[in-house]
Amino acid sequence: MDWLTKFPELGRTDLRDFRKSIDQGFKEFTRAYGEDIESFFEPLLQFLIWLEKLLLATPWPIFIFVVAALAWFASRSLRVVIGSAISLFLIGFLGMWEDTMSTVSIIVVCTILCFSLGLPVGIVMSRSDRAQAIVTPILDIMQTIPSFVYLIPVVMLLGIGKVPGLIAVVIYAIPPMIRLTNLGIRLVDKEVLEAADAFGASPWQKLVQVQIPLALPNIFAGVNQTIMMSLAMVVIASMIGVTGLGQPVLKAISNQYLAMGLLNGLAIVALAIIFDRISQSYGKRLQSHRGGQNE
Amino acid sequence: MSDSETKIEIKQLFKIFGDHPEDMLEKVRGGVSKDELNDQYNHVLGLSDINLKMPAKGVQVVMGLSGSGKSTLIRHINRLIEPTTGEVWVDGENVLEMDEKTLRYFRCNRASMVFQRFALLPHRTVMENTIYGLEIQGMAEKDAEKRAAYWIERVGLAGYEENFPGQLSGGMQQRVGLARALATDADILLMDEAFSALDPLIRTDMQNILLDLQQELYKTIVFITHDLEEALRIGDQIAILRDGQVIQQGTPQQIVLKPKDDYIADFTKDINRGRVIQLKTIMKAPNDKSGPELSAEMLVEDAAQLVTESPSSQARVTNDAGDVVGVVGINDLIRAMARPDIESRLEEL
Ligand SMILES: Nc1ncnc2c1ncn2[C@@H]1O[C@H](COP(=O)(O)OP(=O)(O)O)[C@@H](O)[C@H]1O
Ligand SMILES: [Mg+2]
Repeated sequence: MDWLTKFPELGRTDLRDFRKSIDQGFKEFTRAYGEDIESFFEPLLQFLIWLEKLLLATPWPIFIFVVAALAWFASRSLRVVIGSAISLFLIGFLGMWEDTMSTVSIIVVCTILCFSLGLPVGIVMSRSDRAQAIVTPILDIMQTIPSFVYLIPVVMLLGIGKVPGLIAVVIYAIPPMIRLTNLGIRLVDKEVLEAADAFGASPWQKLVQVQIPLALPNIFAGVNQTIMMSLAMVVIASMIGVTGLGQPVLKAISNQYLAMGLLNGLAIVALAIIFDRISQSYGKRLQSHRGGQNE
Repeated sequence: MSDSETKIEIKQLFKIFGDHPEDMLEKVRGGVSKDELNDQYNHVLGLSDINLKMPAKGVQVVMGLSGSGKSTLIRHINRLIEPTTGEVWVDGENVLEMDEKTLRYFRCNRASMVFQRFALLPHRTVMENTIYGLEIQGMAEKDAEKRAAYWIERVGLAGYEENFPGQLSGGMQQRVGLARALATDADILLMDEAFSALDPLIRTDMQNILLDLQQELYKTIVFITHDLEEALRIGDQIAILRDGQVIQQGTPQQIVLKPKDDYIADFTKDINRGRVIQLKTIMKAPNDKSGPELSAEMLVEDAAQLVTESPSSQARVTNDAGDVVGVVGINDLIRAMARPDIESRLEEL
């Protein structure tokens, strides 16, 4: 009965060879294509650096004003506007302005990436059940796998730096964008789609004039979640060289600087709340036509 | 209506829902009923051997209870549903043989549709909804808005151009649906229980709007309803559908006066006949008594009032040319409204 109590595992040396061959294979891949891949991401890096510089060069009152204006445009709520302005001012007052600008720039770039990659994937997924069956488990993996695990190949491939950090954040933050785009399009009223068909709309016209506009509230919920998740990823991404509010937190952990960790952590929370309120109230306003006043 | 040309002709149309509709065709042709097909073979009989000729510039009503296949039938005309087998001819062209592009052209230029639950685009204003079909036709925005404004006005929604559908009542939303369909200038109008979701008063309003518009537009209208009153009021021709089969076809008078079986008779017994039967159906040979001159197409109910007021208690019935072709007395009118025994006079129909 030996075989019942002892697990039939691969031999120790076999296992080592197995892992070695995977590592070896990936290393060779890195050696062969690493540079190409790096240069592929070069424009992205340039854009990120440019944005970060731009934000840092922007006088702080202007930045606060722009955020406040955005908040007003999206929410039409004075509370959100004043709340955003005050928290930004406090962040700067407590000496975290530069790190905040770095974080904001990486979040912005990451959101743009997630949106422009996630939207088409979500659309494809919504149009075919087979695509949905293939993509859903991949998204499940992306959301559950510990982020450190995919940091390893990314770092092996691209080294430490902004771009690998960005990639890690995108992997972590893109699933809700894809899922909610898919869901939003699938939830569009069948009768409205039938009407579009009855008036002779082409598939493209249906997508652009009916499906995407009606899915927008869900798509925006996806953008909102994507922003929240990329903010959550900021600390982990700083381990592989992403500058910003995550780095002081990391430093605080290793040196037991309680106040420093707390302040930077709270700054991340404040950013999260600002982004959340702005994008969420915008999403809500997108739906305002649904309620109606005198139904 | 017998003299007018046929606009839409449906020939030997079958629609079976399920995994292997073709295999079921033999069985349905062999007389397997809808219930049997459902219970024993797990397929739904949508339509069975439909043959219909719909007159140009007339209103063809298709009436039947819920589940009888009305929506399925009307969706074959613009091919939102593909048949299991059969032909759908419009202006001598088989819709089922159109390629994708031709079909899209057909849908946006030649046959437009009004839906039971409106199916407006909720994110677009009344104006933007009304130009929807024109946008697909590729009309320039200015022209489209001009034309849409005209139709919004015609359906009585002027001033609501910038409202969203969610802000309007059901009746108003369906006016938008009607304006959207009329704006494309298609000469076929497909209306799937377009007024069924509305309150009775508003429904009557909408029927009036439609009848008024039809007086000048002369569209070929296919009008679906489950309500016999509505069918009789709107229809030039009525086809009655049950379990996917046409069980009777005819003018409103024919349906009311000669119901083909007990099922239809059951529907028609509560109908106000005075609003369906025309004078020409009940008139007698002319005599030389006086009386108001009334058109042969006038409804019995409308005539009753006028005849009551005439001293001779009778009216002279005239044809389109104004010649007197018969007379009706007050007694004839009352009998027509009350009793279903005038079949003997139906030969002229
Ligand atoms: N897509 C479908 N799949 C299966 N059965 C259907 C489908 N569409 C309609 N049916 C069935 O076909 C019959 C006719 O439906 P329908 O045309 O909607 O009736 P109506 O419009 O007269 O209420 C019903 O028994 C309905 O259940
Ligand atoms: Mg129906």
